[in-house]
Amino acid sequence: MALQDKDRIFTNLYGYQPWNLDAARQRGDWDNTKALLEKGRDGIIQEIKDSGLRGRGGAGFPTGMKWSFMPKESRDGRPSFLVINADESEPGSCKDREILRHDPHKLIEGALVAGFAMGARAAYIYIRGEYIREAETMFAAVAEAYDAGLIGKNASGSGYDFDVFVHRGAGAYICGEETAMIESLEGKKGQPRLKPPFPAGAGLYGCPTTVNNVESIAVAPTILRRGAGWFASFGRENNKGTKLFQISGHVDRPCVVEEEMSISFRELIEKHCGGIRGGWDNLLAVIPGGSSVPLVPAAEIIDCPMDFDGLRALGSGLGTAAVIVMDKSTDIVRAISRLSYFYKHESCGQCTPCREGTGWMWRVMERMRTGDAAVEEIDMLYNVTKQVEGHTICALGDAAAWPIQGLIKHFRPEMERRIAAKAGALQEAAE
Amino acid sequence: MADRHLEPDTPELRARWGNFAWTEANAAQAKVVVARYPEGRQRSAVMPLLDLAQRQVGAETNTQGWLPIPVMEYVASYLDMPIIRVVEVATFYTMYNLVPVGKFHVQVCGTTPCMLRGSDDLIAACHKRGMKAGHISADGLWSFTEVECMGNCASAPMVQINDDNYEDLTVERLDKVLDALARGETPKAGTQEPGRHTVEPAGALSNLTAMVGDNHDYRGEW
Repeated sequence: MALQDKDRIFTNLYGYQPWNLDAARQRGDWDNTKALLEKGRDGIIQEIKDSGLRGRGGAGFPTGMKWSFMPKESRDGRPSFLVINADESEPGSCKDREILRHDPHKLIEGALVAGFAMGARAAYIYIRGEYIREAETMFAAVAEAYDAGLIGKNASGSGYDFDVFVHRGAGAYICGEETAMIESLEGKKGQPRLKPPFPAGAGLYGCPTTVNNVESIAVAPTILRRGAGWFASFGRENNKGTKLFQISGHVDRPCVVEEEMSISFRELIEKHCGGIRGGWDNLLAVIPGGSSVPLVPAAEIIDCPMDFDGLRALGSGLGTAAVIVMDKSTDIVRAISRLSYFYKHESCGQCTPCREGTGWMWRVMERMRTGDAAVEEIDMLYNVTKQVEGHTICALGDAAAWPIQGLIKHFRPEMERRIAAKAGALQEAAE
Repeated sequence: MADRHLEPDTPELRARWGNFAWTEANAAQAKVVVARYPEGRQRSAVMPLLDLAQRQVGAETNTQGWLPIPVMEYVASYLDMPIIRVVEVATFYTMYNLVPVGKFHVQVCGTTPCMLRGSDDLIAACHKRGMKAGHISADGLWSFTEVECMGNCASAPMVQINDDNYEDLTVERLDKVLDALARGETPKAGTQEPGRHTVEPAGALSNLTAMVGDNHDYRGEW
């Protein structure tokens, strides 16, 4: 069954209509928000738990449970904070941008609802630096919400005081990691912190903090309005709800689209993207969840349900649902090597395995691309990815390792072919 | 990590930028920025203030702007923080230009999603026009950087030039944008694909069709 327009949360996804408060209200945002807050903190958290919403930023942690980790009341006078992660920088991901620039009021209302549920004093929306126009829209939308009394003192007439601030970054993928984001908000280099303490205990300014993805927060008001049962009626068990998919690469019509979780890859592409460039037989491989997840070869993914469990079963992941499609014209080794360069560029330099390993892996990947390597080096490369994976403070090391592991797992013959071809060419030249 | 270096701290640099101070408008804006953070936490404002300072340098030099050491020192003293903490931030985040740049900073995204859609051709087209990384063109107009994923993957390939994105590019479309900028015009930002609005399936809208014509309220159909 296909998702109908009436069940889409982000109805202004494509920005055909204005983002401003009047237009957003007409679409149903900020409609008696006070009544949503009257469900109470526990009521809201329970509803979100029941809806089955899992974090939309990549890890898929249950959102309601995350909110419940926040202290019920401050025993030492420290306030709590909500930090909204709009540092969308994962190659392939481009959904939060559409929310920020076309539906900012869904995010602000969500910030109030979520902030209230976790007892936060304020929300900081951390927008990646490159989203300059998007941040301008967000600043303006927040100002509108203040002027209308929707946030600030006695937010939406609820008696609850809640501030929303926008903070623009300045170009660092790593700030999408929650503790790096907190460091950055404090005015430092965005280098991840050791955990524990977890942010819910000591986060921003040493206060209890929850970091949530833009999409996770922006869907909350609609879930509360329509009920957990409505949201949970989409997708398979443990993979509930609707989701923004972002399809890039070799499809006829790349796009961002809100669909039902667990939709099959084939249906997603056929319905919204006009099919694979050159037809289904021309599909080579797909990176289904943003650059950090291993690629999946064509045959395995075509009928796979696009959700957390379906893609995990293929040794990959849903991540941010950033679907990068590659047809048979793709130089697959180069496509992954370019991602290795990305991780080399974005490593924060704090942990040695990542700082040195990402550069080393990229250099070897470049030799794999040209075939200027020995066959044994494929195993050596694999071993190094295993030495980086799991040995760093944050997951960037893992994210750099997994795409290469996926390449070796599925395209080892192609890597060997290049090495043999190069060796053959050298042999010929020597003769 | 990204390869970056600071412009040397020379007497000439000091002479040019040693007296840097906020313009009246930016002084007011700086106060607004600092007020977003709790009292005693003004250091949180270092990123937006470095951006503001870079823009002011840009306005004074008719370029995108950059951060000379004396300007970083000004921000450090404004926020009462050690200069090294400001330099750390300025060198860590790639959007702070540590050396002078041209009027237009052409940042071509070269990461895999854009690469799959033809960013190689865009980079080649920029090189053909004489742009190269780390240099300002002779006419002072252009700086060039190949950047990492800019989050416009569904309308790839793209470039960001100063504050605006130009998406769904081909070499011809990029040339048109660059020519227009060179002539002092303001080309339309966003997608350059004729008939495409933003990131919808181009030419065959598969969903939310009622939103095209009017601000449809779907609640009646719930």
